[in-house]
Amino acid sequence: MYKTPPCILLFAVGLLAGATASAQTTMQPAGSGASGDAYPAAPRDPALKPVFEQFGGKPGLVALMNDFMDNLMADPVTRPFFQNADREHIKAELVDQFCVILDGPCTYTGKDMASVHRGMDVNRADFNALVEDLQKAMSKHDIPFRAQNKLLAKLAPMHRQIITKP
Amino acid sequence: MHEFRRQKMLLVGALALAGGLVSLQAAAADAAGPADNISGKLLLTGGVSQIEGSAGGGLTPWAVIGSYGTQGQFGANAFYTRVNVQDYHLDDAGAIVGIDNRVEFSVAQQRFDTEDVGAALGLGRGFTFRQNVIGVKVRLIGDAVLDQDSWVPQVAAGAQYKSNNQGTILHAIGAKSDHGTDYYISATKLVLSQSLLLNATLRLTKANQIGILGFGGDKHNSYQAEFEGSAAYLLSRNLAIGAEYRQKPNNLGIAKEEDWYDAFVAWAPTKHVSLTVAYANLGNVVIKDNQHGLYASVQVGF
Repeated sequence: MYKTPPCILLFAVGLLAGATASAQTTMQPAGSGASGDAYPAAPRDPALKPVFEQFGGKPGLVALMNDFMDNLMADPVTRPFFQNADREHIKAELVDQFCVILDGPCTYTGKDMASVHRGMDVNRADFNALVEDLQKAMSKHDIPFRAQNKLLAKLAPMHRQIITKP
Repeated sequence: MHEFRRQKMLLVGALALAGGLVSLQAAAADAAGPADNISGKLLLTGGVSQIEGSAGGGLTPWAVIGSYGTQGQFGANAFYTRVNVQDYHLDDAGAIVGIDNRVEFSVAQQRFDTEDVGAALGLGRGFTFRQNVIGVKVRLIGDAVLDQDSWVPQVAAGAQYKSNNQGTILHAIGAKSDHGTDYYISATKLVLSQSLLLNATLRLTKANQIGILGFGGDKHNSYQAEFEGSAAYLLSRNLAIGAEYRQKPNNLGIAKEEDWYDAFVAWAPTKHVSLTVAYANLGNVVIKDNQHGLYASVQVGF
């Protein structure tokens, strides 16, 4: 009797793992996983148009990005990734990227996420620190928490292209 | 007096643990050079300490790995929880270590005070059951927080070994053992676009009242699968509200056992401290029906 439960549990784990594997194949037809093409750099979502307004449109995004970059430079975890970069260019690309995601009247002409982050050795803690710096900037601009999360939900999957260091 | 000393010892122990954790954090920061190589998880994404010491909600474990250590890091925290219902109270203290966002190890000690019920049952007023719990949890697949383009949850499997100090009494009330191991599998998903966190746990257990009343009984003495669920709504980066449900077995003929529910508020002003306050409904406990009251928990760590 005692031996049965662990077997049941292992069986359940097996079932879940199997279900997950099949779910992943169906949900990511691009299938390339680690490659930069698996998730678009700026996935436009018409449902997020109201969120674009909550961000204050394009001027709101420009103002937000100034504070976001200030936070990134003040944060010892993220500063090394930005201190020698063309920060004005990065801000402009981020404005376009967020603007497109939120269905604003913009075009993202920047590179895909895998190319821009190649060789930067971004790890999970670095990525999370950037998320926090963005959250702080959004809160400073009084962007409603639910609206913040709707944008973050579109940005989060980019971890697969950005985080290259285990 | 004796009981008071015990409580005091427990509190002193918890405080010492908390102090140790703070210095451990300083040591970790020193070892890594800059203090930025710790606490790399996002606020509240390590969960809080559930009643048996694993990372989760208040009543149920989640698939998240405890502490704020993310991949390539480790983290630790200590907690103290008090549950007050009409006829009983529970003091619960413990600690957890999370490694590489992959494995967590936890210890906890629960002290269940029977207050006047102890006297009514001839055990003595304030008779206390003490249970130690050692837990381990491994993240198997998925990322509850970042994989927002997929419905695949984070899945973890865990075990909780429990040992109760009142074997003689437990046998007298019909329990078959004073120790046992629960096995569980948890799936957790943050649905960020809705600011919702959902969790489902399937637990295989023989425990009566989570082990406070022993393991197995005259009615059933085999493992049973029990469902546990939580839902939390994120109000801000450091504040969440939610509810939990924990299905329980009913093994003892003389002491009906019912499912547990709670509604909670969890607040994490920083990554080093969180407070959880809940209203918990524990149903019938031994000879007292409809036990409900306040659950409060504090956690410190990194």
